[in-house]
Amino acid sequence: MTQNASSRNVVERIAEIIAPYAGREGPAMPMLHAIQAAFGYVPEAAVPVVAQALNLSRAEVHGIVSFYHDFRHEPAGRTVLKLCRAEACQSFGADRIAAHATERLGISWHETTADGAVTLEPVFCLGLCAAAPCGMVGDRSVARLTNARLDAILEDVR
Amino acid sequence: MTRVFVPRDALAIALGADEVAAAIAASCPQAMIVRNGSRGMAWLEPLVEVETQAGRIGYGPVEPGDVAGLVAAGFLAGGPHAKRIGRPEDVPFFARQTRVTFSRCGLTDPVSLDDYKALGGLSGLRRALAMDGLAIVEEVTKSGLRGRGGAGFPTGIKWRTVMGAQGPQKYIVCNADEGDSGTFADRMVMEGDPFLLIEGMIIAGIAVGATRGYVYLRSEYPQSVLTMNQAVAEAWRAGVLGPSVLGSAHAFELEIRVGAGAYVCGEETSLLDSLEGKRGQVRAKPPLPALEGFLGKPTVVNNVLSLAAVPDILAGGAAAYQALGYGRSRGTIPVQLAGNIRFGGLFEVPFGITLGELVMEIGGGTASGRPVRAVQVGGPLGAYFPPALFDTVFDYEAFAARDGLIGHGGVVVFDDTVDMAQMARFAMEFCSIESCGKCTPCRIGSTRGVEVIDKIVAGDTAQIGLLEDLCDTMKFGSLCALGGFTPYPVLSALRHFGEDFRRTQHALAAE
Repeated sequence: MTQNASSRNVVERIAEIIAPYAGREGPAMPMLHAIQAAFGYVPEAAVPVVAQALNLSRAEVHGIVSFYHDFRHEPAGRTVLKLCRAEACQSFGADRIAAHATERLGISWHETTADGAVTLEPVFCLGLCAAAPCGMVGDRSVARLTNARLDAILEDVR
Repeated sequence: MTRVFVPRDALAIALGADEVAAAIAASCPQAMIVRNGSRGMAWLEPLVEVETQAGRIGYGPVEPGDVAGLVAAGFLAGGPHAKRIGRPEDVPFFARQTRVTFSRCGLTDPVSLDDYKALGGLSGLRRALAMDGLAIVEEVTKSGLRGRGGAGFPTGIKWRTVMGAQGPQKYIVCNADEGDSGTFADRMVMEGDPFLLIEGMIIAGIAVGATRGYVYLRSEYPQSVLTMNQAVAEAWRAGVLGPSVLGSAHAFELEIRVGAGAYVCGEETSLLDSLEGKRGQVRAKPPLPALEGFLGKPTVVNNVLSLAAVPDILAGGAAAYQALGYGRSRGTIPVQLAGNIRFGGLFEVPFGITLGELVMEIGGGTASGRPVRAVQVGGPLGAYFPPALFDTVFDYEAFAARDGLIGHGGVVVFDDTVDMAQMARFAMEFCSIESCGKCTPCRIGSTRGVEVIDKIVAGDTAQIGLLEDLCDTMKFGSLCALGGFTPYPVLSALRHFGEDFRRTQHALAAE
């Protein structure tokens, strides 16, 4: 679904995406989620469109987008690998898994592999803390991660 | 047809439950697969259950590759197999619990309203519909229910404030931003018994005169978002939600809203700002959200577990709930055993059990088999306890007396390989990453905290006094619990595991 977002069409498309939310109470978050679901990130071009719809300044909308960890400012790799960095996962090998992932991928946190296959991101708790360490591969959760299991996952997505 | 239960809980799915369900469907045409919630015994997940004449028989943990062997062993008739555990309710971890909030979780198809009603669902709401608002508020007050989000504020008192507030529109907001590491009870309710939460919110609405509700659900829980949306749609279809709740004069509408990865939005005022579509920044109190909450209107903000306790309080009466518990902590607490623990999962029990019983007897100690060194109770803002304090009783006041907190009931176990100076550093680092930036002690203090701990660990132990001063400033100067409680893990690590902060100094002295 990810596509280049720079033309007038994009502005029209964003206006269409956010229109159904206009009547809701506090619609900014559902609007931004819908934009990110369509484009894979929140394009810069979305800021003035959302601002106009909500009668806010562009600075205010930029402030909202930049506050939340989930909203991306640029497209991610084809697969986003999130590894939990919180305490429960740390207690059972999260650091070891993270070190293995960064070494295998040759990238550090928030970076994307050169071939555009994988973006590596930290996440703080997926609620799978009784099956640590855990993570997410795209929209799929994985738990009781081992280096071997991670290798198999990376094999699949690269 | 034989009913076979394979959980649709996120933890079971993360361990292959979808693949297991598909494999069973492919090899057993006579099996009717029900995707249930989780029983909460994580080491057995995916836990497959088969309905037999002797009751439901469990097999776990089942991997997709086990299915052929299970079929050969005649598992559809409860046949013997290495992974057969017998009846799940006979497993000691399960048998020792007092399941109130989680009484249905794992038994039913979570999005089947018929299943819900068959096991007593909606009886609390039906009773509430025959009462006036004040009587409902008094019932909840008498039950002794205290907010399960962590602060422990009496739920009935909060409701009374909203009931007495004037406003054209009032709201019930459910805080489902369960961001504390080591906690997953909210997630299990939403994925295993979502109608319970919906029922609790409707009762709250009837009690205080609110006709609209929102569940603010964190984006890290996609399976909860899916299940809650399915359940809300079903509740609308069946007339449980809508202009006339179960045919009564009461209206209640409900919407699920998804967060965007900000831990601080679990704090009720930043949650409200986020729900309004703003940066999730903390508001100064007063005004209380009960008087000026969502969009400035009177608002009940309650945790998932608080609202999920309400239907049973109404159905069974305040006295039955009040009879359980310890001291001023009444009812049950769903404890979440997590991290490096042998038998992890959800353990619902009346307040009053000791930390040692939970970690050693119920949880079986560490999964690694090494000695337990530290236990963090109450999430990233909770204190670290050494085994010497395992006699601490699970009760809000008893934990406060030991400079700790119960928080949302998460218990994370660490073995003797843990470096507690690094855990203290992580607490400060996490605070710096997640600070909303509104108040200085949290925003700047957490960054300085990381730097000071780095200096201490490098051998400059004279900085320990500075770290204690900094924690004091954060504790008393921060606007909310993020900056205010980050000192708990830091100071408890320093107090109980001080040797981890002095390793370099000792090494230097030995040279």
